Amino acid sequence: MLATYVGLMSIQRVSRLLHTPLMSLTNAISAIAVVGALLVAAGRGQPAAVTLLGLLAIFCSTTNIVSGFLITDRMLRMFRKKGEGPP
Amino acid sequence: MSPLRLLPDLAAAALFIQSLRWMGDPGTSRRGVLAGAAAMALAVAGTLAGAAAGGGTHGLAILAAFALGAAAGYPLAQVPLTAVPQRTALSHAFGGMAAGLVGTAKFVHAYAEGGREALGPFVTAALGAEVLLGFLTLTGSLLAAGKLQEVRWIPQRPVTYPFQNAVNLGLLALAVGAAAALVAAPLAPWAPWAFGLLVLLSLAFGILLVLPIGGADMPTVISILNAYAGLSAVAMGFVLDNKLLITAGALDGSSGFILSVLMCRAMNRSFANVLFGAFGQTAPVAAGAAGALKADTAESAAQILAQAGLVVVVPGYGMAVAQAQHKLRELYDLLKRRGVTVKFAIHPVAGRMPGHMNVLLAEAEIPYDDLVEMDDINGEMPVCDVCLVVGANDVVNPAARSDPASPIYGMPIIDADRAHTVYAVKRSRNPGFAGIDNPLYALDKTFMLFGDAKAVIGDLVRQLGGEARHP
Repeated sequence: MLATYVGLMSIQRVSRLLHTPLMSLTNAISAIAVVGALLVAAGRGQPAAVTLLGLLAIFCSTTNIVSGFLITDRMLRMFRKKGEGPP
Repeated sequence: MSPLRLLPDLAAAALFIQSLRWMGDPGTSRRGVLAGAAAMALAVAGTLAGAAAGGGTHGLAILAAFALGAAAGYPLAQVPLTAVPQRTALSHAFGGMAAGLVGTAKFVHAYAEGGREALGPFVTAALGAEVLLGFLTLTGSLLAAGKLQEVRWIPQRPVTYPFQNAVNLGLLALAVGAAAALVAAPLAPWAPWAFGLLVLLSLAFGILLVLPIGGADMPTVISILNAYAGLSAVAMGFVLDNKLLITAGALDGSSGFILSVLMCRAMNRSFANVLFGAFGQTAPVAAGAAGALKADTAESAAQILAQAGLVVVVPGYGMAVAQAQHKLRELYDLLKRRGVTVKFAIHPVAGRMPGHMNVLLAEAEIPYDDLVEMDDINGEMPVCDVCLVVGANDVVNPAARSDPASPIYGMPIIDADRAHTVYAVKRSRNPGFAGIDNPLYALDKTFMLFGDAKAVIGDLVRQLGGEARHP
């Protein structure tokens, strides 16, 4: 509940300019699911299918972590003020 | 969980929140990405350490899964920026799938062990929510990505059929029913069947949810899917009793939800309206107006532009598909050199995802100080000499203001029709994506420049540049 409130507060102030990078950033943050996937995959003495599902889930979330953070940064590098030269 | 083990999770949660705060301002936004990445690293490291201390296994396989995921993720981050909406939708699909798979794994494990306490009513209910949200996000996002990529066998236009809402709600009720049955008897012999049914229904529901949605509503849908992906992570957090998952998932969920609300507001439509009513189905195309359009040449358009004091450019999806942003940047430079003030008017739902135009114009290195939001530019439109509409349709349609019969009536628009002269760059005489006729084009002061946006703007640049070289 608290997280939702803090989230609402932080995001409401984001200017429209940054909505696309914001979404790819939160997309990367939602890949926190990797934590759950890890917990499942690392379990001991469980059916092999469970481990396999966990590993697959790790794969899925890692794609989001890597591509989400990279593309957000790539987009943000392009935003510049008047008179600022290329970085 | 030992208090020491909680520390990295707490720090990660705080960093995630700080990351979003920094994201709020263009000046600090890159720091925000770093904070987010650091938080993620901390969360993963903490979890790995915790798992190792608890006697977890499969270390090598886990490392391999990480490596493969990174290898697949890297190219996804290198797509052209016009493809960012598809990439985002695809990512949501991955996020949903991860949640769905973890939920499935958890159920399979608990069912195999047969422990009643592992599948208490609360956990089972959260598990049902996680699986439902996860798998519907998977198929819904895949379909959205396909629509955006214009994959050939996926219909671009909204698909509607009789009793659509009844069918969708019926499916949803069935899925919720299956989840409720699981909560009531998680270890019954038929429970795996109920679980399988829940998975199948969720997958089908995702497709049916996105099928009737057309281009104009895409920004809203992408942010709703973002919210679903976050909510499924929250549900996963409750299943695994992990506070960090709940916190980070809630951040993602609320962000998606806010963006959806903003998008709906920008179109003056309600949530329910976007989800349950397709655009375009009520919009018969009036054929008469097309004849009245006046085409003009790039030569005379260039002359008019060169003599203007204030030019407002309204970019739309047509600019994106034509990749015309770089040519537009050349035009911007040439006009500025002549002392013309050039501003870009950005409608919140222009393009295919929230803020899509900003990213494309930033790619062309147009300073963001010259990108003006709809509410701020409209006051200036009466003193605007030339409004150059580049591949935008519905966001400049005055019918939204004046024609109660129009399907977009009430939607806030950029007041292009209040400029002294309007030039509209457009591929054809057909109406735009939403299939709605635009009376702006038939006005006396409006001139059409037919053609691909990149080619047309290129012509304008040649005309202006040529004059500069041979005065």
